[in-house]
Amino acid sequence: MRLPSVPLPVAIRAARSASRLSQRLGRGGGTTIGGLMLGQLRPEATAEMSAELRQGVLLVSGTNGKTTTARLIRAALDASGYKVAANTAGSNLERGVATALLGAHSADMALFEVDEAALSDVSAKTVPRVVVLLNLFRDQLDRFGELDKLLEQWHQTMLRLPESTTVVYNADDPALAYIVANSDADHIRKVAFGVDDSRLNRKKLPHAADSAWCRFCGRLRPTSSNNTSTEPKECSGDNKDHARQTGGYVPLQYDTVTIGHLGRWSCPRCGVQRPFLDVAATKIELHGLSGQRISVTTPQGPREVSLRLPGLHNAYNALAAVACAHAIELDPEVVGPALAKRQAAFGRAERISIGQMHITTLLAKNPAGANENIHTMLATKQQLHLLLLLNDRTADGRDVSWIWDVDYELLLKDNRLGSLTVGGDRAYDMALRFYYGGFGLNHINVVPDIATALDSGLAAAGPNGDLFVLPTYTALLEFQDILTTRGLVPAFWEDS
Amino acid sequence: MSICHLYPQQMNIYADRGNIAVLSQRLAWRGLGAELKEVHFGDPIPDDCNIYYLGGGQDSDQLAVAEDLCGHGRSEPLKIAAASGAVILGVCGGYQLLGHAYTTSAGQRVAGVGLLDIETTAGSTRLIGDVVAEATLVGTTHTVVGYENHAGRTHLGPGCTPFANLQFGYGNNGSDGCEGAISGRTLGTYLHGPLLPKNPWLADTLLAWSLTHAGASSELKPLDDQLEHTAHAVAKARAGQKR
Repeated sequence: MRLPSVPLPVAIRAARSASRLSQRLGRGGGTTIGGLMLGQLRPEATAEMSAELRQGVLLVSGTNGKTTTARLIRAALDASGYKVAANTAGSNLERGVATALLGAHSADMALFEVDEAALSDVSAKTVPRVVVLLNLFRDQLDRFGELDKLLEQWHQTMLRLPESTTVVYNADDPALAYIVANSDADHIRKVAFGVDDSRLNRKKLPHAADSAWCRFCGRLRPTSSNNTSTEPKECSGDNKDHARQTGGYVPLQYDTVTIGHLGRWSCPRCGVQRPFLDVAATKIELHGLSGQRISVTTPQGPREVSLRLPGLHNAYNALAAVACAHAIELDPEVVGPALAKRQAAFGRAERISIGQMHITTLLAKNPAGANENIHTMLATKQQLHLLLLLNDRTADGRDVSWIWDVDYELLLKDNRLGSLTVGGDRAYDMALRFYYGGFGLNHINVVPDIATALDSGLAAAGPNGDLFVLPTYTALLEFQDILTTRGLVPAFWEDS
Repeated sequence: MSICHLYPQQMNIYADRGNIAVLSQRLAWRGLGAELKEVHFGDPIPDDCNIYYLGGGQDSDQLAVAEDLCGHGRSEPLKIAAASGAVILGVCGGYQLLGHAYTTSAGQRVAGVGLLDIETTAGSTRLIGDVVAEATLVGTTHTVVGYENHAGRTHLGPGCTPFANLQFGYGNNGSDGCEGAISGRTLGTYLHGPLLPKNPWLADTLLAWSLTHAGASSELKPLDDQLEHTAHAVAKARAGQKR
């Protein structure tokens, strides 16, 4: 039996008290308890509180880059004078969204990063002004089952969005282009972003590329779909043979491959190609670990964007932020400097110094993220001392198979690897990954306890060394606790 | 020696390349080379390899592979190889495809290769989690550890025997306590993780069989498996732990 819901003001007061109490008791900064309680007392509270925000709700989702993108957008909003409610402390399920709404007494806008599996629910409740879709990579299959199912869920979410919503999406991801640009989602306003710098071409799809097949034609095209504008052209005899040779799958052609299955793609059979980019990076200059400079074209004209974040994946995050800022008509003169000031998010290429030593933390919980970290490290030209921390708890993914899909072998080339320490719940699994990848047993330092592993990694890096720490999510939390205890970084929920 | 990896672009979702890496490396560390052949859609399937591997894929991928592999007599070479004593290893979706058929959640019955006397039907929930089981092969009993993630419920006919008895996990169907199926040198299992890195005895059993098939001595030089055994013990201890 359902209890009748409590009036909104009463529910809000009770849930706020619970949040404060939890924070005082030191239970993880009270990042979800208030939202959980609010949902229990009044299930419609999230929708009601969202509707009261005069400037609307912005959602950011995807398997990779949510936190960093939300932080960049937040910087642009703050600089533009908005009062923003946001779930920056990291809970990206509905209860985290509700908790953030509770904490925002005088907000006129909300910005939420949303777990990819929660997007459908959160979107239905908050009726967003903007939805930013970053990417869909193979991630935590033990939670989601299949990428195809998640994609279908997102597709349905797109079809249900009201006309007032703008979808900002990564057109370099052919799967996103399919669910957004597909004509049956014609009623929504769309802003496409992507990369148009062919110098960044990696030429080859990585091992774990998931969506490199055409969904507009061939066997992946759902029979129920009533798309008309993307109707595949009649096949010539040759093309028909081609499709049969690939089991009905039509492999996309890439002029440029950037990250995973992202790039400048087209279908050789039906002719569908990457949509026109409203916001495009025409030139990306990567400056090692210190940042990058991106030349961007926008409907309002060309922009130069400087970032203090390294790597091509962060170029995509910045493009998403610029495209989102464009969608809500922020002043580009304000947005650019705001993005340039933003530092790395918790554990995402975060850099700290201990005397002459540096520790760079690069979170990764799926193959696409881990591969980008590898590319970012390889771009530094220095000898690499690595500390890989692999946990297998719910927030990490309990199935550690994914590490075998990461192209760690790239690190073994050219003697770039100075030392390798592995730690965490499943340190031995990670050791096996490198052992079978061709790295000598004598060179793998296995230290499951994370604090001890850190000491070991620092010792291996030497007094002037640079240690790269690659943790999964809960390993990152534990690692940051250790650093905090040693007086090296602030606790994460104090993050602005 | 030759290893044939079937449909590596589609059937690779649970890091299946880890199994291939283990087979190749454990041969290489013993000074034995192996040629790796990949079979994609429409490619002829060789009948003279010593090991065949078919991994797991998404439903849509598995359907496409089933059509390609099981239509037009394309799987004949695989049957010839199995009959000649080659090793056939199917994991997850690959396991299901080695059976007579599987029935999708939409009720469509899709024919498999028929090398294992098993029949699979999609259930309404996915069976996901750690697995610990005990397997007896060539007279010796070992523990196998792994991870499962499948909607299919598999039932065995009299033509094959279960690969292992469950100590923890769902296995074939979540009800009869059995995991996988084996018939001759054809082995199917739901276990990934991947399967072979943490179960080196199983890798070596398969390699010994394949060497016999190749007409070579099946004696394998022992390797230092300390790391593998520790990883195995950790996975076993963590199975079913709240975490």
